[in-house]
Amino acid sequence: MTLRSALLGAVASLLCISAALAADPIKVGLIEDISGDFAAIGLPKLHGSLLAVDEINKAGGVLGRPLALTHLDPQGDNARYQEFARRLIDRDKVDVLIGGITSASREAIRPIVDKGDTPYFYTNQYEGGVCDANEFSVGAIPEQQFSTLIPYMVKKFGPKSYVVAADYNFGQLSAEWNRSILKQPDVKGTVVGEEFIPLGVSQFAQTIQNIQKVKPDWLLTINVGDAQDSFFEQAAAAKLNLPMASSIKIMLGFEHKRFKPPALNNMHAAANWFEELNTPPAEDFKKRWHAMYPNEPYINDMGYNAYVALYLYKAMAEKAHSTKLAELRKSIADGGMCVDAPEGRICLDPKNQHMSHHMYLLSVDGKHDVHIEQDFGVIQPYWLTQIGCDLTKDNPQEQYSPDNLPQK
Amino acid sequence: MAGDLFSYLYQFADVFAFLILASAGLAIVFGMMGVINMAHGEFIMCGAYVTVGMSRLGLPLVLAQLCGAGAAGLAGVLVELLIVRRFYDRPADTLLATWGLSLIVTQGTVLVLGSTLQGIGTPPGSFTVGDYSFSTYRMELFAASVLVLAFVYFVFMCTSFGVLARATMQHAPMARALGVRINWIYALSFGLGTGLAGLCGGLYAPTMSLIPTMGSSFVVESFVTVVIGGANVLLGTAPAGVLLAIIRTGLNAWHGQVVGQIGMLVAVILVIRVLPDGITGWVNKRLR
Repeated sequence: MTLRSALLGAVASLLCISAALAADPIKVGLIEDISGDFAAIGLPKLHGSLLAVDEINKAGGVLGRPLALTHLDPQGDNARYQEFARRLIDRDKVDVLIGGITSASREAIRPIVDKGDTPYFYTNQYEGGVCDANEFSVGAIPEQQFSTLIPYMVKKFGPKSYVVAADYNFGQLSAEWNRSILKQPDVKGTVVGEEFIPLGVSQFAQTIQNIQKVKPDWLLTINVGDAQDSFFEQAAAAKLNLPMASSIKIMLGFEHKRFKPPALNNMHAAANWFEELNTPPAEDFKKRWHAMYPNEPYINDMGYNAYVALYLYKAMAEKAHSTKLAELRKSIADGGMCVDAPEGRICLDPKNQHMSHHMYLLSVDGKHDVHIEQDFGVIQPYWLTQIGCDLTKDNPQEQYSPDNLPQK
Repeated sequence: MAGDLFSYLYQFADVFAFLILASAGLAIVFGMMGVINMAHGEFIMCGAYVTVGMSRLGLPLVLAQLCGAGAAGLAGVLVELLIVRRFYDRPADTLLATWGLSLIVTQGTVLVLGSTLQGIGTPPGSFTVGDYSFSTYRMELFAASVLVLAFVYFVFMCTSFGVLARATMQHAPMARALGVRINWIYALSFGLGTGLAGLCGGLYAPTMSLIPTMGSSFVVESFVTVVIGGANVLLGTAPAGVLLAIIRTGLNAWHGQVVGQIGMLVAVILVIRVLPDGITGWVNKRLR
């Protein structure tokens, strides 16, 4: 090799390195269940993230840098969630962390996220109340779901509710929301029974009898996971025939696609996204999704939120000209951080870091067709701000609920 | 009043059927043969999936369920020939091998068939007693659990295969010396056990979410029942089912499913402490 060619080689490799540096990818860490008890509802979350990464990278990436996604599958195990969160943050040094399916998994990794300054996006609908500067919540929350759904059920079917809930923080806190909303003077409902079921339980004969004993007007079904979903088949077989309401059925668990009609007959839900939504942007989004994943049984709201989360991140990073948490938070401070999502234009609230959502009330009939009963328009995430959470002033890193308000 | 009483009996029958159907196969594989089969739940899932597939093809439900049992039985014989056979003198390693098998099967099913299948729906039919309405199919499950017990009794007590199998389990070298082909006895017994697991899956398939991990919701109950019951399916498993069903039904009705589950596990701890050989051991001691 002559001296000249060696020099040329060295110059060329330097150029390559600097070109690679210019387009140094933004590392996205994703923790989603695609096996275990939440596999069925978790897989669309991975697909939503992959679709968004693909689209964003084809359109030039974020800040001119491509997104590089690392996905780990914690298989529904909260200890693995913690292990993977540490691995992604400490070892892989991801720029942004996304994921978590149950509220238990989110609360398991939140302390790990809070130790550093990695922005974290939680993409599920949930029981609300997390006031934490590291976390951006993309899914719907109780003031968007329960505050619309529960008064509707009381008005249409009667005051007496019975709660069948999964026995962990999501189920417990959702039941608390139900009690709190039913107590409001303009709602005037009661809870005639509450039952908390351990995750993984699949037999419900006793629960069905307990319900028949107290004769409620409607059921709030916030049972979680594929095993607990067996409730619907067994209740239908025993001819329970009660109207049902939920914040997680249909648009999240697509039970109406998984069970034979009429198991989900008379189910009601409040949703910001459901695959049956047929506005032009929604149709366009569904077409792109099914082109990439032709075998997807249903595009659920969590998968949709996971897709939106990356576009939200892109908008924040590009406005901030940075991927640093402090800069990202500055970019949202004026309240103008909005994305044109398939459901419509939705915005991130700078004080509590939750999203506004366009909410619909859905019902399912005996043939498992989905109908829109009511269109609530865009609902702001107001509750946390109302009780005094203001992340622009301080960062309590707490989760509040109707019975656990901040100390004044 | 009559409604409440019947409701209690119905709940008892329901829990009993669940425990017996979930554990009958394991009682043969683990109780009699001593093979710690961690893939028991996957044989249940196999039976359920085959049942659903056959029923989609238009087979009547009962025939589809028998196909499910047959498929799981066949798979069991294969697993015995290929894996379990090599570990008879290393019981702890069987645990690891079958656990690995269970992981492979669950994840393989996710990859090949997806994370969920559409259900086939419970056969219609319900009846009312007092204030309560009940699903007829759950009563059929109870009848099936009694039939399974009768079937196991018949096979092991009234057929020549049963005599050879019991002889092999009791003293394999002696049985072999007397000309019993113990390899085949092991394979067939294992297949019979997994076939019963498959039948359980088939019977519960119409009533549950169909997911690759569906078997795991049976596994705890089945091991608990077999451990309490001891080695003998009829002397042990059946009374264990009755005992656990009474405890669980009572506690479920009193304070919900959490307490029911805790109560059942406490019962196991107590029984193992007092009767290390399970109910079978206790009955055998009395009989002597």
